[in-house]
Amino acid sequence: MAAKKENSLAPIAYVNARLLDPASGLDKLGGVLTEGEVISDFGPHLANKDLAKKKDALRDIQVVDCKGKCLCPGLVDMRIEIGDLAATVAAAVSGGVTSAVCLPNTDPVIDDMSVVEFVARRARKQGLAKIYPYGAVTKGLEGEELAELGLLAESGAVAFSDGTKAVADAQVMRRALSYASTFGLMIVQHPEEPSLAADGVMNAGETATRLGLFGIPEEAEVIMIERDLRLAGLTGGRLHIAHVSTGAGIDAIRRAKAGGLNVTCDTAPPYFALNEAAIGDYRTFAKLSPPLRNEDARQAVVEGLKDGTIDAIASDHTPRDEESKRLPFAQAAPGGIGLGTLLAVSLELHHNGHMGLLDVLRLITSAPAGLMGLPAGRLEKGAPADLVLFDPEEGWKVDADALVGKAKNSPFDGRPVQGRVLRTVVDGRTVFEPEN
Amino acid sequence: MEQGGKDNVHFPHRHLLGIEGLSPEEISILLDRSETYVEQNRRADKTTPLLHGRTIINLFFEDSTRTRTSFELAGKRLGADIISMSVATSSVKKGETLIDTAMTLNAMHPDVLVVRHPDSGAVKLLSEKVNCAVINGGDGSHEHPTQALLDALTIRRRRGRLSGLLVAICGDIMHSRVARSNIHLLNTMGARVRLIAPKTLIPPGIERMGVEVFHDMTDGIKDCDIVMMLRLQRERMSGNFLPSIREYFHFFGLDYEKLSHAKDDALIMHPGPMNRGVEIDTEVADDVGRSVIREQVEMGVAVRMAVLELLALNPDNGPDNRGSG
Repeated sequence: MAAKKENSLAPIAYVNARLLDPASGLDKLGGVLTEGEVISDFGPHLANKDLAKKKDALRDIQVVDCKGKCLCPGLVDMRIEIGDLAATVAAAVSGGVTSAVCLPNTDPVIDDMSVVEFVARRARKQGLAKIYPYGAVTKGLEGEELAELGLLAESGAVAFSDGTKAVADAQVMRRALSYASTFGLMIVQHPEEPSLAADGVMNAGETATRLGLFGIPEEAEVIMIERDLRLAGLTGGRLHIAHVSTGAGIDAIRRAKAGGLNVTCDTAPPYFALNEAAIGDYRTFAKLSPPLRNEDARQAVVEGLKDGTIDAIASDHTPRDEESKRLPFAQAAPGGIGLGTLLAVSLELHHNGHMGLLDVLRLITSAPAGLMGLPAGRLEKGAPADLVLFDPEEGWKVDADALVGKAKNSPFDGRPVQGRVLRTVVDGRTVFEPEN
Repeated sequence: MEQGGKDNVHFPHRHLLGIEGLSPEEISILLDRSETYVEQNRRADKTTPLLHGRTIINLFFEDSTRTRTSFELAGKRLGADIISMSVATSSVKKGETLIDTAMTLNAMHPDVLVVRHPDSGAVKLLSEKVNCAVINGGDGSHEHPTQALLDALTIRRRRGRLSGLLVAICGDIMHSRVARSNIHLLNTMGARVRLIAPKTLIPPGIERMGVEVFHDMTDGIKDCDIVMMLRLQRERMSGNFLPSIREYFHFFGLDYEKLSHAKDDALIMHPGPMNRGVEIDTEVADDVGRSVIREQVEMGVAVRMAVLELLALNPDNGPDNRGSG
């Protein structure tokens, strides 16, 4: 996978593109002109080469012919686990992701200013996708004492979460929401009541019973969502619920939104593209947290995306090595990688007729960027030139071993998908093009 | 295959990982072959050297006396070299031990591995890493196929058939691999299965496996041909599945009063080891007219001989075909 770095940043005109900007609703033949690291112009008037050249007298202008393929803002992924940093940022740009927010469950935990700065600095050095950190809600993610939310935010934490652990104690969550609202900060909750999930390793129901595996009932999620909606109402805090996966949980959020509560949520591709049948005969790549649910739940997630209850899609990229997955199902680590398949699997919502192309793209560009307050996810003059060029139709088959990055634990291994990244641009530089 | 047993019976699977998915014909092949060993085991000379020169390894990641001994005896009576290994399981890195142990044993060219493991699916995982036949000796709460086969053989010999019988399985269904294998087998063979337990010990969605669920012993046992009791593990008390053993026995323990609602000649079964006074009254357990618990142990050896023979002599498991599936 060629990750090219061009030293000179001559002006580049991306012409003859289907230009898509979900934030403004733009979907026209056009082009983008970048100068240095920013977008200097874009629009239908840059559709073809001649126009682009005439546009101004810029010397040394490079012209990239997009051949009618889709050009849109680089994707924004609001939740990944970072794993091996270099491998993860490479996986990100291979999937068209130019900005991502990493969970604080790193080693060391992002519960201290120095770690926030360290993560951001190391990611910048790679010059690939931009990584922004979540700060921990509680020290050491232990769910007991609040982390220094204000100071962490000042050093660059964009939102707060205890990662894949729920803030379980109701009083701690109440204080976290309340204190965070002092500074206008968002608390992102992993919605799972731990005592109900304690022995469970997959969704409760017939499949788990057949396999002899202990189940996690959907109510573990629903109860936590309903509790937190109450606490958000009580405190006026800003609550975002991560990876919703149940119909009843989505309903609760839908009702809360209708009642005027300032709450948002997201989901991840496995929850609208897969169900628990993917576990088959103990496939540990399909062991996720929250667990894959049944088909009714999957359809409820699609509905939640269609009617706007679900505000964004995050990849939930969770790299795991072979040793932690080649185990009996109950012992295997949960989590799946998702950066390389975020675009293609999300586009299934478009190909299956559920949503328009711009609506799908909004969920993985401007919507998560807006939630996280990132300078990304939209075409704007003067904005960082983070772009992705893709062919929405091109079919390919997910081959976990062929995905960019170290970890191979894709729950989508073997799945035929449509939609291929042709070029990823970060700060005006092409950082990814597929090999063939 | 002229060395292949008493006649040309072919069991078309490389492994025996579970009952789910076996056809009635395949189950009958195993039961019919087991019958011949029941007779052989009652003779003075109990051995046939069918598996002479073959190596069987019992690999037990979980404590077991009965199943392990039963397999050992079965292997010896077939003339095989059989060894048993108990692998201590540290709670942290069990899985690593599983794959590592599998690879190590595989290098010793065994013909059959009999595996018991506390995790559901672990035996299947191991079967993917070795080149020999693998028999599931019980995995987590998933399956225990030879137990279901020996239960079926016991019933069939007593009642002449399985089809049409009404069988009640009582007790800790939630954690029981014996229950799951029996549900699959009995349903496949045309018997009707009832489950009886308090709600905390009934796993969700089990009614979709073709069973009727009861929470009252008297109702559930009514008109049953077979009453199969399951072992209750005492650690279930600490998980708040049940308040006390006294209460459990009062409502779900098998005594003569509850048994009186079953058919007059209903058979009582238990996979062992029994907790007398917990799930079964001592007198009922020892009632020679009704209880076939000791017969189940006898059938166990015969069934395991049949399974070992049919898998070890399956040409698909021959040296030429190893690694092909």
